Amino acid sequence: MSGMIATRDAYGEVLAELGTENEQIVVLDADLSGSTKTGVFGKKFPQRFFNMGIAEANMVGTAAGMAAVGKIPFLSTFAIFAAGRAWEQVRQSVAYPKANVKIVATHGGVTVGEDGGSHQSVEDIAIMRAIPNMTVMVPADGVETRAAIRAAAEYNGPVYIRLGRNKVPTVIPADHPFAIGKGIELVVGTDLTFVTTGLMTAQAVKAAELLLADGISARVVHLGTIKPLDQDILLKAARETRAIITAEEHSIVGGLGGAVAEFLSGACPVPVHRVGVRDRFGTSGKAEELLKYFGLMPDDLVDAARGALARS
Amino acid sequence: MNETIAQLEEKARNLRVAVVKALHKSQSGHTGGSLSAIDMVTVLYFHTMRHDSANPRWEGRDRFVLCKGHAAPAQYVALAEAGYFPREDLMMLRRLGSHLQGHPDSKVTPGVEVCTGSLGQGLSMANGMALGLRLDGKENRVYALLGDGELQEGQVWEAAMAASHYRLDNLCALIDCNGLQIDGEVARVMGVESVPDKFRAFGWHVLEIDGHDIGAIIAALSQAKVTKGQPTAIVARTVKGKGVSFFENKASYHGVPPSDEELPRALECLGCFEDCEKISH
Repeated sequence: MSGMIATRDAYGEVLAELGTENEQIVVLDADLSGSTKTGVFGKKFPQRFFNMGIAEANMVGTAAGMAAVGKIPFLSTFAIFAAGRAWEQVRQSVAYPKANVKIVATHGGVTVGEDGGSHQSVEDIAIMRAIPNMTVMVPADGVETRAAIRAAAEYNGPVYIRLGRNKVPTVIPADHPFAIGKGIELVVGTDLTFVTTGLMTAQAVKAAELLLADGISARVVHLGTIKPLDQDILLKAARETRAIITAEEHSIVGGLGGAVAEFLSGACPVPVHRVGVRDRFGTSGKAEELLKYFGLMPDDLVDAARGALARS
Repeated sequence: MNETIAQLEEKARNLRVAVVKALHKSQSGHTGGSLSAIDMVTVLYFHTMRHDSANPRWEGRDRFVLCKGHAAPAQYVALAEAGYFPREDLMMLRRLGSHLQGHPDSKVTPGVEVCTGSLGQGLSMANGMALGLRLDGKENRVYALLGDGELQEGQVWEAAMAASHYRLDNLCALIDCNGLQIDGEVARVMGVESVPDKFRAFGWHVLEIDGHDIGAIIAALSQAKVTKGQPTAIVARTVKGKGVSFFENKASYHGVPPSDEELPRALECLGCFEDCEKISH
């Protein structure tokens, strides 16, 4: 691992690059352009940047209308507002018509920190992936964020990308070819598999190192895309290792763990242990404290792994 | 001009007949609000808007957004009349596999630009179209048709604020104020008046007309076209169920189609005396 960058910062940089490369790209924000980093694009391309004020529903509809006349809109706000406040607009105005709108939601999960539970989205992956036509991505780091944003711009259709507030370690190799719907086996292992997304991938890589010291071989499969799900990589893990442990900075209800369990229960039934926020709201605190508080540290993954192996 | 008006009045009458027949055939759909909007839809499609049924995606076309998407039959009959698809298709309204969905669906219906029907979302989409077209330096205009009950949705006012903020003079909203919604009178359910004052306060150029006066609709749309620096709202006073006396001003016909027994009487009201047997089944 090398380098620390917040995924939202990587987004701001790559979006400004894309603005030069593709004149059809327009950007909308709801009074959070400094935080979401769309302001970088806005400064460079003021004519193609639209601040919609604190009105997320209208922002989503406006983006859909822009897409209907050939633009490629990227819209950003915090995950709680993009997915939560404007859920029905995303469903009706974007996903139902299959509009070419990219929803890039920053400040996902509990690492929003001090703002507290009202602003910590722990349900967005679940409610976005429930919508037909929607692609859902949660990059692990800055490297993957850049690739995911570029892939989203190329792809014709609705996309939801969840990014984080804080700096995270780089875990994805810079030369890894990103493809929507494809996972990556980051750590080779034979005893059990961590299936992770977002910042939990870095936590799982650390957990795998800790387990290896004890002679336990843990595989780490990172899913940068949660929908469509990489079924091949999951089937392989279910067949080759004794337990699947999902980990996400999100509720254990309906997110990555839900998606993996839904698929494997039909295709290759194996015990799936879900690590995540245990069906509760967030709370104020520092990001690192909250990861500990909600049981999202490498040690927690090690415990989950030992428990799973003991029961397998 | 008088000749044009007479022709459009005849066109609107024919479209009302088509709406009544399609809704009777489907035995499902929104009669009252389709009939209140027909005159405006007629003027838009057969007088004011630039469009080409042979090339529904023609770049030079003006855009129409039926925000009150439950009035889809009004748009469908206009599209059929304009040649976007065969008139017979109207008999498939709301059927499984039909390209004429219960509410407008741009994925399946030629001439439909976006998906509407969830009230309050259409004006935002119209704003987006207007912004995008202006960004490309295009002259195309965008027309959005809303209901008065729809104005109860907060998103409409977010969009009204944004259209004014971005000075979208290529956008014209028509508000079909028929005064009724499913649960009864708009004024009793959740009053929205004064609609003209509200839009004025939001920075719009506002015109108030009789929404069944073809000449007034044409004049208002012309005024909207030459208005610069702000969007125009045409507040159209209308009659729900207009044209069929026993549907008129009745909230109970909001989402109720004509029955077998009502069909011949409804057609009679519209001056259509053809054999109803052959068209009803």
